[in-house]
Amino acid sequence: MGERKVTVAAEVGLHARPAATFVQRAKLAPMDITVAKTHGGGPVNGKSILAIMALDVRQGESVVISAEGEGADEVLDELAKIASTP
Amino acid sequence: MNLRGVGVSPGIGHGPSYVLTVSVPEPPEGATYTGEAEREKERAMAALTQVAGELEARGNQAGGEAEEILKAQALMAEDPGLVVKVRSLIDRGLAAPRAVFEAFTKYRDVLTGSGGYLGERAADLGDIRDRVIALLNGQAMPGLPVAPEEPYVLVARDLAPADTALLSRDDVVAFVTEEGGPTSHTAIMARSMGVPAVVACPGATRIPAGVPVMVDGTSGEVRLEPAASDVAHAVGAATARQAALASWTGPGGTADGHPVPLLANVGGPAELDAAVAAGAEGIGLYRTEFLFLDRPEPPSAEEQVHAYRAALEAFPGGRVVVRTLDGGADKPLAFLPAATEPNPALGERGLRRFARYPEVMDVQLGAVAAAGGASVMAPMVATAEEAAWFARECRDKGLTDVGVMIEIPSAALRAADLLAVVDFVSIGTNDLSQYSFAADRQLGAVSAMHDPWQPALLDLIAATAVAAARAGKPCGVCGEAAADPALACVLVGMGVSTLSMAPSALAAVRAGLAAHTMEQCEAAAEAARAPSSAADARAAARAHLPGLDRLGL
Repeated sequence: MGERKVTVAAEVGLHARPAATFVQRAKLAPMDITVAKTHGGGPVNGKSILAIMALDVRQGESVVISAEGEGADEVLDELAKIASTP
Repeated sequence: MNLRGVGVSPGIGHGPSYVLTVSVPEPPEGATYTGEAEREKERAMAALTQVAGELEARGNQAGGEAEEILKAQALMAEDPGLVVKVRSLIDRGLAAPRAVFEAFTKYRDVLTGSGGYLGERAADLGDIRDRVIALLNGQAMPGLPVAPEEPYVLVARDLAPADTALLSRDDVVAFVTEEGGPTSHTAIMARSMGVPAVVACPGATRIPAGVPVMVDGTSGEVRLEPAASDVAHAVGAATARQAALASWTGPGGTADGHPVPLLANVGGPAELDAAVAAGAEGIGLYRTEFLFLDRPEPPSAEEQVHAYRAALEAFPGGRVVVRTLDGGADKPLAFLPAATEPNPALGERGLRRFARYPEVMDVQLGAVAAAGGASVMAPMVATAEEAAWFARECRDKGLTDVGVMIEIPSAALRAADLLAVVDFVSIGTNDLSQYSFAADRQLGAVSAMHDPWQPALLDLIAATAVAAARAGKPCGVCGEAAADPALACVLVGMGVSTLSMAPSALAAVRAGLAAHTMEQCEAAAEAARAPSSAADARAAARAHLPGLDRLGL
């Protein structure tokens, strides 16, 4: 199981544009993507904007993004980059 | 008829009202379908896909901030969690419109329950839901006039981005909504369009269609059928005021050079930019509980240090006052739970609650100290013993500038005793008013008591300022009172040394102070204390502050 732990850097947290960009990318991946907060919350479906919003990840909080299967590393790298973009 | 809400985008706008009615009726409870479940599911999926496509197309057409919002909405319409819910409700026998209604309502309730930013996104979901149901039922979509004869004031319960995205500055002169807050889409869109807006305005949707309306996006006032002369006067005053206020810049102070640092009240890192842009000289009140309101667990030291350091970096050399967690009453914190209280405002809130959770306090005070250079103060302090205890805890952590808020009459009356053990005091006029007049801040019926010009409130402020001057220690005011340009002059005249307010109020207060000498401020303060009513106190003070009228304040 591939995992990436990242600290969310955007001022709005994983909401609004960062959340939308994240979900748009996650939806392109063939495998399941999950997102969990390192300090409680989740895992939730990384392709669900409502689930991501309800997870309520703020700036400075860390999340673990998980995916499994062929190409998972590449997908995870891209998602981690989106989540850690200020 | 006049209405009042919260002004969120300044300026005067007037024109006939256009009341946006979104009247997609709720599909009847338990409505079923005939035919196969698969067919019904396909019907629902097609409607969701079509609405998502329309939202995306509108986004592409609108561009900018609206594009992002609409594309996020398109994702919501096709959210996998929502789709699964709709399908399972149809499997259980519900007709597509009812299934869509229930699935969206479930998610909307989750968002509403979270409050804050998420709560304000709830309007988005309601709007998407109505569009999908209208499509399934073959009803007309809620919408706006295509080519209005003249610019109008848009009135609605709440506005969704799909409503506002394609609006033109040429067609809309103001927004009024019954619901929403300062961070709702209406507010964000209005500010980015430069259109005056009033939100949270009770009774707005009962404004008759087509009547002339004048909207003051600064004061929050909404007037129906105003006289032409009133409109001309308001527009003229607003134009003059904008020009006059914009010409005052630099640090706060009186006309004769007596410095009065003007600080901002903020609730998180996202508000720092607005404070810097408005020319704040520091942060007079950092409401740390807003960083953590919907958290299940207390925030980590690391995260707090990060937040406090960001404030210090935004104001190099400026003052930053971090208020410790003010949980309880109207701001419940999940990680600082308390037993049910019959009167939460009089219960274990503020410092009282904080003291019950020494581990949370340890982390916060340690984080303020680690951030380096910030001041710290405690809310809801009633006695000198409490102040002394808090000061000891802070100094043990290495904090050197420790204060308490004056929000309880007992603290104001014995301010000298509190000042003997702390380095500064800051008067929270909103709570001081609530506790002085035994009038709940959240209750509309007693709101008249909360006039910051109430003579008894002025007496308590003056007593605190005098005690601070005698002790040779700073006394700030961080409440609604500081944001009123006339009252700001009066506070300075009483001996208040710093004023802290919402960033949007800074320009008017800066201009008002700069137009008067210390002597005029002192005369206004003395005059304000003599009358026995708030209205008379205001009038008496203004008579000594001639510069305010010249500025249109």
